[in-house]
Amino acid sequence: MSAPDISHLLQPTERNPGVPLDLDWVESVQINRSAVERRASTLPGRRTVKKQWQAAWLLRAITCMDLTTLAGDDTPGNVRRLCAKAMRPVRQDLLEALGAGDMRLTTGAVCVYHEMIPTAVRCLSGSGIPVAAVAAGFPHGLSPLKQRIEEIQASVELGASEIDIVITRGHVLNGEWRALYDEVAAFREACGEAHLKTILATGELGTLRNVGKASLVAMMAGADFIKTSTGKETVNATIPVGLVMVRAIRDYLAATGYRVGYKPAGGIRTAKQSLDWLILMKEELGDLWVRNDLFRIGASTLLADIERQLEHHVTGRYSAYNRHPMG
Amino acid sequence: MEYGPAPEGADPGFQWLDGHQRQMKLFIGGEFSAPSSGQYFESLNPATGAPLAKIAQANGEDVNKAVAAAKEAQIEWAGLAGNRRARYLYAIARQIQKHSRLFAVLETLDNGKPIRETRDIDIPLVARHFYHHAGWAQTMEAELPGYEPLGVCGQIIPWNFPLLMLAWKIAPALAMGNTVVLKPAEFTSLTALLFAEICHQVGLPRGVVNIVTGDGETGRLLVEHPDIQKVAFTGSTEVGRIIRESTAGSGKKLSLELGGKSPFIVFEDADIDSAIEGLVDAIWFNQGQVCCAGSRLLVQESISKRFHEKLRVRMQTLRIGDPLDKAVDIGAIIAPVQLDRISELVQKGVEEGATLFQPEWTCPREGWFYPPTLLTEVTPSSTVAQVEIFGPVLVSMTFRTNAEAVALANNTPYGLAASVWTENLSLAHDVAAKIKAGTIWINCTNQFDAAAGFGGYRESGYGREGGKEGLYEYVKPAGMALQSIVAIEPSKNAGLDKTHKLYIGGKQTRPDGGYSFTVDGIEFAQGNRKDIRNAVEAATGAASSWANQSAHLRAQVLYYLAENLELAREEFPVSNEEFAITLDAIFTYAGMADKFDGQVHSVPYRGLTYTRNEPVGVIALICPSEAPLLGLVAPLAAAISMGNSVIAVPSSSAPLSAALIYRVLDASDVPAGVVNIVTGDPAELAATLADHAGVDGCWNFQQDLIADVERRSASNLKQVWSVTSLPFGAKEWLRHATQVKNVWVPMGD
Repeated sequence: MSAPDISHLLQPTERNPGVPLDLDWVESVQINRSAVERRASTLPGRRTVKKQWQAAWLLRAITCMDLTTLAGDDTPGNVRRLCAKAMRPVRQDLLEALGAGDMRLTTGAVCVYHEMIPTAVRCLSGSGIPVAAVAAGFPHGLSPLKQRIEEIQASVELGASEIDIVITRGHVLNGEWRALYDEVAAFREACGEAHLKTILATGELGTLRNVGKASLVAMMAGADFIKTSTGKETVNATIPVGLVMVRAIRDYLAATGYRVGYKPAGGIRTAKQSLDWLILMKEELGDLWVRNDLFRIGASTLLADIERQLEHHVTGRYSAYNRHPMG
Repeated sequence: MEYGPAPEGADPGFQWLDGHQRQMKLFIGGEFSAPSSGQYFESLNPATGAPLAKIAQANGEDVNKAVAAAKEAQIEWAGLAGNRRARYLYAIARQIQKHSRLFAVLETLDNGKPIRETRDIDIPLVARHFYHHAGWAQTMEAELPGYEPLGVCGQIIPWNFPLLMLAWKIAPALAMGNTVVLKPAEFTSLTALLFAEICHQVGLPRGVVNIVTGDGETGRLLVEHPDIQKVAFTGSTEVGRIIRESTAGSGKKLSLELGGKSPFIVFEDADIDSAIEGLVDAIWFNQGQVCCAGSRLLVQESISKRFHEKLRVRMQTLRIGDPLDKAVDIGAIIAPVQLDRISELVQKGVEEGATLFQPEWTCPREGWFYPPTLLTEVTPSSTVAQVEIFGPVLVSMTFRTNAEAVALANNTPYGLAASVWTENLSLAHDVAAKIKAGTIWINCTNQFDAAAGFGGYRESGYGREGGKEGLYEYVKPAGMALQSIVAIEPSKNAGLDKTHKLYIGGKQTRPDGGYSFTVDGIEFAQGNRKDIRNAVEAATGAASSWANQSAHLRAQVLYYLAENLELAREEFPVSNEEFAITLDAIFTYAGMADKFDGQVHSVPYRGLTYTRNEPVGVIALICPSEAPLLGLVAPLAAAISMGNSVIAVPSSSAPLSAALIYRVLDASDVPAGVVNIVTGDPAELAATLADHAGVDGCWNFQQDLIADVERRSASNLKQVWSVTSLPFGAKEWLRHATQVKNVWVPMGD
């Protein structure tokens, strides 16, 4: 009996440096939408977590959360509130009741626009919570390339240690893989030490096959994470899209030995959805991808629902939003 | 990050069992009654080995009572307007939905399959089946004009999908105005008895549904009961053969849904991850205890290494355990006897050179579990590549070309289903057409629906369940007696002394034995076993190219045959009436050749499920004595119009018309081997044909040969049509000339 060699999975995470663009590989991608949707729709029926396991998984979901505000009317005031919530995402009495009183639970990051970086950096100082910033012409990604690169550099200089950029969808729709590769590689270079999360805006890529191809190109170009959506497209993170992307991550690992992280974002509002995403990661990529160095959920209202579920778990009674401090 | 337990509560199931004091009764004539023998046997929970309940052992007396109740109920049931029967079926569907979780829990307790499957697949499909067939009951008169119910149906179902197989049997039978006596599998009787309660609740007339529990002996008594008009069986090919033999000559209509060794073909341009997920649904669904399980993996060599690496990784994440746990993929094997069989076959596979892979985790100690298993380095000659394992064991082989994939796929006596994975739709439809199986799933697997027929080719059985094609298993056409068609005219003296030979492979050949027989002073070639062998050889050689000709071309050949026959009118010693009907029959089948279409089924998914009416293959025609020309030519024309090739054995009392037709066939561009005619002793020739494994179907018009032909047909389960009266309408003939293939093609990019 021979088990597959998975020893490479046990090595510590090394940042993906990218690899040369392999067009043959990109062109060989095959995705069958119906089959992918079938897997996606049956997965929640195949796996579930209940009782204390569910509570533990929900706490894990919080640690993987990029708590986000990306609104045109953001001000330092609401960003401060958000940062405070990121540092204390769940009421202390609930954490203690869950036996997690001293786990120093925080979200994975706080995600804001460029102008809010200083506020977020100041508020989160000493907490260990990284500040993520959207950059490079977010959410359309169609401003001049030079400006987009400068925007990344500026955000990094202000203290953002994670940069979420969005690709030019037209490169994917027109099969301009070289142009896409060059664009993402340039962003990666601009990031320096900051981690690059590459948003594919999957709701605007037309087909799942395009999602699969774009995922590969983004990773070849050096993305640290690939991410579904800006949150501004009409269709955001869906499980079928997630399935295609995480399978691309798996293939990339098998071919290069590098682990790339995954971030679904947009439309994830319920505790149940966050569990579905964690289950997807565990099933398709394994336990390493249910930790926040390789998995993030971009969300703004999700946390409130998770808090309610945790309170229900502790008390046996259904909770309400007003019982939990807002972010 | 572990999942932790997520158990579905079993209490409602146990409460239901306790409500029956854990001692179940029979359901006969609308009443629950104790078995007359007073004997019971135990039903066990495969996940724990613990007893669940005592099941009544029905004996001959009970079976007699049940059949009598069904018989008594049938006239009135059939006499109800279709919309009344529809109401009952609809009520049953609703009631199943209302109690769906109890059914699911009970099924999982009894069978050991995961609650996810009973909850999400089995029970919803059961309700769907009754809903769908309520519609057929409602519309029977309009949709099936000229057809009538059969009477009492004896139905025997297996343990792998207890309630779903019950639904597949009972719903169409009731919709078409039949009543039933159903015997559940010995291992899994419980949900059938809960179903009986539901029949009671909805006020189904007494005797319309009867449930008799018991072992194989109960099944035998049911099959052999003289008041049963129809036997429907799902189970092993071995038992299917026994039933075929024991019902031979009884006049009982028979449908068999038997074993399989279904191929799962992955081409190099497939979505590999999705194909692997498909395999999980193909062979690790219901622990692989599925007649249509995709148990033979065929992977294109170019992707084989990568595919198998990914497959092994995927197998590691399968979860086996308590089937009531909602997060379990694989439950328990039905019984120790089955567990032993699986272990023995896997052991044999390894001994024969296969490489074994099983996940690193271990199975639960309690209950009967077997881990998901992959055998690689398997060849077609390995035992495990040929026999049905009926367990979570996948055997894997590779292929180089598309043609080789098809050849390997068809290299089996079975023909139940196949799964084809490619992103090239031209290839997919082409392969779907070439694989000899009743269901082809393109880029999906193990999909079922009430609107789509399911059933086998070859030794996977015959008859369909589901769809309109399935209804014909529960009706019979109005027809006319064979004797009434055309009276035999005495043969005229043919004038010149002619040498009448056999017609094999497009040539007039002398009989192998070198004997002749004489009718009315004319000598005819006496065909024997070897002539039949040669004729089957010729028919087999011609079959595939004839089947692949366009229907338009086949029609042209038939029209030309009619034309040439007409020119030779004077030679044929038959009445004008018979001659005219014969010509008309040829024209009819020529006309129908391109009109007996498949259809697109309304299956509730985003995709296309289409049917193909494919030729049966090589058909033997044992012609009637009554009409020497018509009795040969009409069946022949019907069969070849659909792309079959035939071996006809003409009546021995009037073979002259047959012998005279050779030259007409020659003149009409009928390709060599498509029609073969062997004169001689019908009893001897029919026996050889019925025994022959290369013959796929047999239409027998000789009443005294029915029992013998039906019994012999069991050897390869060829499709026998024993024609005791001539059905009205060409379509009934064409239905017998074809078998329905359902092709599932999900859509979306």
